[in-house]
Amino acid sequence: MNMHNVSWVRQDMVSPSARPDRQNGRLEWTRKNLFNGWVSTFLTLASVAAILWLAVAVAPWLGNSVWQATSLAECRQLLDGAPGACWAVIRDRWPQLLFGFYPPHLYWRPVLAFALLFAAFAPVLFRSPPARALWFSAVYPGIAYWLIWGGSLWFPTAVYLGFAVAVGLISLSARISHGFAISVAILGAVLWWLYAVEPLTSTANALLPITLDVVASRDIGGFLLSIVIGVTGIAMSLPLGILLALGRRSSLPLIHLLSVVFIEFIRGVPLITLLFTASLLLNYFLPPGTNFDLILRVVIMVTLFASAYMAEVIRGGLAALPRGQYEAAEALGLDYWKAQRLVILPQALKISIPGIVNSFIGLFKDTTLVMFIGLLDPIALAAAIRANTNWQGIYWELFIFIGAVFFVFCFGMSRYSMYLERRLKTDHR
Amino acid sequence: MAMKSGASREPFQLSMLFNDSRYRARTIQVFAFIILVLAATWLLDNTIRNLAALGKDFSFGFLWSTAGYDISPRAIDYSSTSSHARAALVGLLNTLIVAAMACVTATILGVFAGVLRLSNNWVVARLMTVYVESFRNVPALLWIIVVAAVMSEAMPAPNAFRGENPRASMVLWDSVAVTNRGIYLPVPDFTRSLGQAELALGALDLNDIAILGVLSLSFLIHRGLVKHAQRVQSATGRRPITWWKSLCIFALPMVALLYALGFHLDYPALKGLNFTGGLQLRNSFIALWIGLSVYTGAFIAEIVRSGILAISRGQTEAALALGLSPARTMRLVILPQALRIIIPPLISQYLNITKNTSLGLAVGYMDLRSTLGGITINQTGRELEGMLLMMLTYVAISLSISVVMNIYNDRVRLQER
Repeated sequence: MNMHNVSWVRQDMVSPSARPDRQNGRLEWTRKNLFNGWVSTFLTLASVAAILWLAVAVAPWLGNSVWQATSLAECRQLLDGAPGACWAVIRDRWPQLLFGFYPPHLYWRPVLAFALLFAAFAPVLFRSPPARALWFSAVYPGIAYWLIWGGSLWFPTAVYLGFAVAVGLISLSARISHGFAISVAILGAVLWWLYAVEPLTSTANALLPITLDVVASRDIGGFLLSIVIGVTGIAMSLPLGILLALGRRSSLPLIHLLSVVFIEFIRGVPLITLLFTASLLLNYFLPPGTNFDLILRVVIMVTLFASAYMAEVIRGGLAALPRGQYEAAEALGLDYWKAQRLVILPQALKISIPGIVNSFIGLFKDTTLVMFIGLLDPIALAAAIRANTNWQGIYWELFIFIGAVFFVFCFGMSRYSMYLERRLKTDHR
Repeated sequence: MAMKSGASREPFQLSMLFNDSRYRARTIQVFAFIILVLAATWLLDNTIRNLAALGKDFSFGFLWSTAGYDISPRAIDYSSTSSHARAALVGLLNTLIVAAMACVTATILGVFAGVLRLSNNWVVARLMTVYVESFRNVPALLWIIVVAAVMSEAMPAPNAFRGENPRASMVLWDSVAVTNRGIYLPVPDFTRSLGQAELALGALDLNDIAILGVLSLSFLIHRGLVKHAQRVQSATGRRPITWWKSLCIFALPMVALLYALGFHLDYPALKGLNFTGGLQLRNSFIALWIGLSVYTGAFIAEIVRSGILAISRGQTEAALALGLSPARTMRLVILPQALRIIIPPLISQYLNITKNTSLGLAVGYMDLRSTLGGITINQTGRELEGMLLMMLTYVAISLSISVVMNIYNDRVRLQER
């Protein structure tokens, strides 16, 4: 078609006109997200009113905070009738809330142990940790124990030698059979711990005493206690939970039955009853005259409790794996443990990360229950502070502080698990 | 390479017990069994020796001796002369009552928070996120103690309600008194009461039975009405309007019955130093109930949210394309599918609530743990029997809840080819 035959042709583009005012900008956003229909409008107004009411109620209380006082009466005197928070209680009892009745001149020991905890976590936190970091993670429990409880360095060393004995026995008897070697190693290590640790510790201590001041378990309290129980429970419940989950899916009827009974029993009772068992009944089940540390008993019970929940989470992950993965592992000629270790568990654990971290968070929150058997966790200390004549009648400040610390730990864990999930995501969705 | 057939003809060697997968399974189980028997024998032997050393025997006879302590609140008749077994039963009922109430409120709270967290409304969604994150990341025990502390420290004492210009006043048209000793509520009462029927376990209120009977009768008639409406709808395509008929079916007989029984409310009133009349909800009960509800509500909100999010968008779009209204889309398409995902974790939250009622220890609620597992054990010195009985009771509750819910779960499960 010839251009000249046409009367008029537009040669340039029409410049786009701006959207109508109501369709963009803040006004439109507000209309869409805040006042979209009368239900939404009502909800917005109600929430804004609630927030304002809360702010009006809380702002003067926070604004008038008193940080320097030694008792609630002094706080009230300073405030002179005005509403105000008395954070002085936190300032006054800060070391107690953190460490319980741990001797003040030894505070550096738990602090150092806590700092080293991050180094021990390095293999989990970083993608390709150096081999040396793994060694440090392995010896960390011994170091932390020694730092927090004190005593002779030779005791944790002797306990660790038990693992060396086990490794030695495995390499000696591995030629006969794999399973046989493992049984021998476990037996050897247990015998070592039962009969060799104590004489070895005392002998080595007589030759070369390396000791720290002993701190009794009843003096350990506050967030230190929560973290000790929480971290130990977390570290031990995962492997135990994996074993229980594998046991529940096992084709061996006896192993399956034992795992099911254990898991269902533990999941059926409240943690408190298990803790009371630890404090009241354990003396019945052990040889007469045995008496061992209350914190250790609690850690064992918390671990057993958490591992039953962990087992169910991991069982979910195992069940979610397609059958093809199991069959492929078998077809490659891998034996049971190799198949689990190299093919099944890495995938199953990855699927169950959210559940696993949720159990970790639950376990950490459950450490507060130890107050019922006389251990001084932060909530028990808060009760003690509220019973003290100086601070009688105070509650919000203490509970807000304790709640905030728990929130930071638990929220941090849940965010980290989300990050871990994203990092480990390898599918192409 | 040629395979040698007939591997089973190989002569049996001892190492095959460990190396041959045909025998290994049995070897492992035999070993496990031996270890189990040894451990059980060891524990039993220790227990027997310890009991002998303490001069105790193992018997449940203590259950029938006089308890000698008071329990309140109590759902059935109990006095300090009743037996330990009855004290345990009262405690068990208290556990179940607070668990059931916390389950209901936590579900309501959780469903609201979960749905609102998905709402398009920016403020409400953020507010619900704050609720969920702050309540589930702080121990339940702390929430229970916070509620207890607020109730006992910040609420007015009963004598603040006294005088010409009282410092505190009752709320909700002078019917509810919130004091530092608990909350006093009006209770329904009947002037022409039917009385009570004495049963083996306790007295049964005949008024409640009558109300329940009328309710179930109304329910049956209502079901007939709905079935009829459905028949009409499938025959003619037009659904008859039934809502006012349903209302009548439920309301009229109930109003008639309540009038016949002389129904009225018994209001709490200040007499002397304290409130009398009405129903007193103790601080311990309120703390446990509210604390567990708000804590578990946050978990349920997450369960509801993930259940709704798990339904693919195509379902909503398809329902809207069929011309269903948004409300019907939710009710007929999204919720039935989402419930299938929501129910199993919801059950485990209910179980958690039931187990967490044992935290009532912190505020002095008299549940199973503080009657049978607390005072009874302290009085009789029967730790072993008491703890065993208490644990088995908890396990029985857990197992029965999961059985009931599993049956429901099987019924709503997706029927696949």
